[in-house]
Amino acid sequence: MSTPVAAGTLSASSPAASRVRARRWRRRLSALGESAPATVGIVIVLSWVGLALVAPLIAPYPPNANDMTALANTTPSKAHWLGTDQLGRDLLSRILWGARPVLVIAPLAVLGAAALGSLLGLAAGYYGRWVDLTITRACDIVLSFPVIILYMIILAHFGSSAWNIIGVLTLTKAPIIARIVRGMTLDLREREYVAAAKMRGESALYIMLVEILPNARGPLVVDMCLRTGYNVIIIGALGFLGIGLPPPDPDWGGMVKDTYGLMMVWPHMALFPCAAISSLVVGFNLLAVGLRELGLRD
Amino acid sequence: MTDGPLLDVQSLSVAYTTRAGEMAVIPGLSFQLNAGEALGLVGESGCGKSTVALAIVRYLGRAGRITGGRIRFEGRDLTTLDEAGLRAIRGRRIAMVYQDPMASLNPVMTVGRQLMEVPMTHEGVSATSARARALAMLAEVKLADPEAVMERYPHQLSGGQQQRIVIAMALITGPALLIMDEPTTGLDVTVEAAVLDLVRELRSRHRSAILFISHNLGSVVRVCDRVAVMYRGELVEEGPVRGIFTNPRHPYTRGLLDCLPTLGSDKRQAPLVPIAGQVESALARSPGCGFAARCPQVEIGRCTSRPIPSSTVHGEPDHRVACVRADELARWTRRSGTGGAHDADRAREPMVAVRHLTKLYAPRQRLRLRGSRAPVRAVFDVELAAGRGQTLAIVGESGCGKSTIAKVLSGLEVATAGGVSLDGVEVGALAVDARDATLKRKLQMVFQNPDSTLNPSHTVGYAIGRALRRLQGRSASDTGAGVARLLDVVKLSPAMAARTPRQLSGGEKQRAAIARALASDPDVIVADEPVSALDVSVQAAIVNLLTEIQAARGATLVFISHDLAVVRYLADTVAVMYLGTVAELGPVERVFAPPYHPYTEALLSAVPVPDPDHAVARILLEGRVPRADEIPRGCPFATRCPRRIGPICDETPPPVQRFADHRIACHIPGDELQRLQAPLVEPRAVGR
Repeated sequence: MSTPVAAGTLSASSPAASRVRARRWRRRLSALGESAPATVGIVIVLSWVGLALVAPLIAPYPPNANDMTALANTTPSKAHWLGTDQLGRDLLSRILWGARPVLVIAPLAVLGAAALGSLLGLAAGYYGRWVDLTITRACDIVLSFPVIILYMIILAHFGSSAWNIIGVLTLTKAPIIARIVRGMTLDLREREYVAAAKMRGESALYIMLVEILPNARGPLVVDMCLRTGYNVIIIGALGFLGIGLPPPDPDWGGMVKDTYGLMMVWPHMALFPCAAISSLVVGFNLLAVGLRELGLRD
Repeated sequence: MTDGPLLDVQSLSVAYTTRAGEMAVIPGLSFQLNAGEALGLVGESGCGKSTVALAIVRYLGRAGRITGGRIRFEGRDLTTLDEAGLRAIRGRRIAMVYQDPMASLNPVMTVGRQLMEVPMTHEGVSATSARARALAMLAEVKLADPEAVMERYPHQLSGGQQQRIVIAMALITGPALLIMDEPTTGLDVTVEAAVLDLVRELRSRHRSAILFISHNLGSVVRVCDRVAVMYRGELVEEGPVRGIFTNPRHPYTRGLLDCLPTLGSDKRQAPLVPIAGQVESALARSPGCGFAARCPQVEIGRCTSRPIPSSTVHGEPDHRVACVRADELARWTRRSGTGGAHDADRAREPMVAVRHLTKLYAPRQRLRLRGSRAPVRAVFDVELAAGRGQTLAIVGESGCGKSTIAKVLSGLEVATAGGVSLDGVEVGALAVDARDATLKRKLQMVFQNPDSTLNPSHTVGYAIGRALRRLQGRSASDTGAGVARLLDVVKLSPAMAARTPRQLSGGEKQRAAIARALASDPDVIVADEPVSALDVSVQAAIVNLLTEIQAARGATLVFISHDLAVVRYLADTVAVMYLGTVAELGPVERVFAPPYHPYTEALLSAVPVPDPDHAVARILLEGRVPRADEIPRGCPFATRCPRRIGPICDETPPPVQRFADHRIACHIPGDELQRLQAPLVEPRAVGR
């Protein structure tokens, strides 16, 4: 929350200031702990992050190793706690490994969308007139496309890779963030501290980034959290449509796609990856709810 | 009904549960209210006035709860009543009027339906008779054309009209008790005067008792029989209006009266005496007097060791005070002027001069179906000037264009026509971006709203330091000392630099904002309503600070306000504005003495004065301020002027009559005005 400009304003009292800041963060975290949904959300999200981090250490099998002996019975057993898929690959290992790309791609795409969307929203809200009109209309056009078709077109054209997925998610989510930031900017730019900044001759960029944006952070953070959850769903959907991460590396959506035809016989093959996706999404949503409560209380 | 008082509050205590723990906001409060009586409850914000009102109707919310005591109303104890019992009383026997009428009215329902709903719900009467009663009530609150008003939605009415509707809703069931919580705080002074008069008149007709909560001592005098002064949840003094306002015994009551600017004196004659410190948190309560820490007459030991009993004031049986030293204190005298001479040399060349300034706002571009709309006229042909070191006050009701002038001066808006010169440089057409560094340094601004004047994301030190670096070219390393020096000028401790605005009180925020404005060592300070959002005790301190800083630096102060008493106190020159034009302009002592412009006369007569002996004939303005797109062709004030002389007022713009340095824009000749008008400011305090 400290802006680059804010750091070192008061060289004499800056240890005090950073102590104050540290105390404030501790207070916020403990307040977050008081909210039941936030606590559950944090536990779910952090568990997944932890599991993803140590997947190479704790996964019982390599994610792509086929165990032909298990094909006789793919259902959960002592050797394969969650069973195997139709190629005899250990589901638990694949799910643990599959958490890694999701937990990198979803937040990165949200950060990209937030950066791009904030800039667009700030410019639209602050300058108004034709800048606003151009940006808002451009955003409307992007938002009016059926997104799945848009993803299919773009990824089919550029090929499917982690970076391309991040790029596509950034481009399609930025307009939504831009709208939120624009609305808040319209309100915040009329504040007296903005007038005071103008009167000391600050540049428009300074006013937008240092005076306005920090005060829009509350709703922005809540939305980013929510949107990370949505991104997890979309990444799953892309995998399901076969335009997600290239095989054979595990990808939750792809795992569902490969096995949903066997639902009637071996439901566990599709259900376990599905459960992984939904638990992560629920985790992010609960965290967003908690953050919103915190924002309302402040 | 049983005998005894209508409302009997006995050692009521209320606590709020906060994250920091249980907070006893009201430790034990007792008072009585008889049928038909009006009791004023006054005190600074945070003293528990509204909590008392909410406790009576048991609307304390989830965090608050009554921890002890009784509230007997019409013989029943409200603290133990169940929900059904409370519902039968709320709205029917006890009605409430709050500060913001827009929040009390349903925006999607017509006023008529909302009014009719009250007797239909509470008394089960038929729609026809409810309608008849609603119409009668609307006529009683003096709304013209009740039939038409019934069909309106709240947003189609002005603030004053909305508050009248709320009052009508409250009184339609003939409640025994009416609780009014700051009912006139958001209203313009002339509207406020009319609403207060209405309350007084309805009171005598309906025989409802009134609990009138206000921070404005003047409005309490106008409405109430008795006054109770609250501090930190305790009654410190209680008695008849006359007793409290002519012979206040408690130091806090005296402090409240001493920090109020009056219409009769200015800074040279009788300086304001602010109350030191601020209301302390209810978390740490000492055993003795709650006011001890701020009291100028405190005697450590006697005042601080044990609870202070309340005693009767000698010779006034109904007047009680909770102060151990009440009998020792000398009798209070109203601050009055000694008749100091004016030292401001008016012939000096102007630092700020506004010449024929006009500002039009283009209407928003929409789909034009029926031609383009005319631009809105915010300010029209205004001429003003302020010399170096002088204070120019611009006064008027909301929408008169006073803030627009501030914006043009500061470059946040540019003039449509005419000019503004700042120390000889023409800046009227220069937006702030187009002004060079010297011009930016010359003029800085102090804003109205303490909550939005400082960026909540930055520390106070950052805000002031940034201004020092941008305007004085200080390097990042030596701003620290500059920040500390500026904080000292505005009487804040250097430790405040590390705080964020959220950790400051309203007065502290405004001080920090003044420090920020002083960073460039400006020649001109434009202050747009800098004290209107503050408590009276804090207001006095900020007003004193501004005058002190101005005198020390020889800066010109352009002070924009709706409060005539504050303006009278600190201005050298006053401009009274109405609908974007200057109605009257002149040295402060001339503007506040006849001949007045009829609008100035109405404004002055409307100011609530906290002195029961101050009786002036009130001039109530009819109608409403015309919208900016329907300004009369002739005199802008013609539609509401009580001294209108005929068609000439509607058709010809009034001539500006000049009497030496005093100007009045009116068709009535000055000597005629002088003959018609009585002085509205108590002459004994003017000291002439």
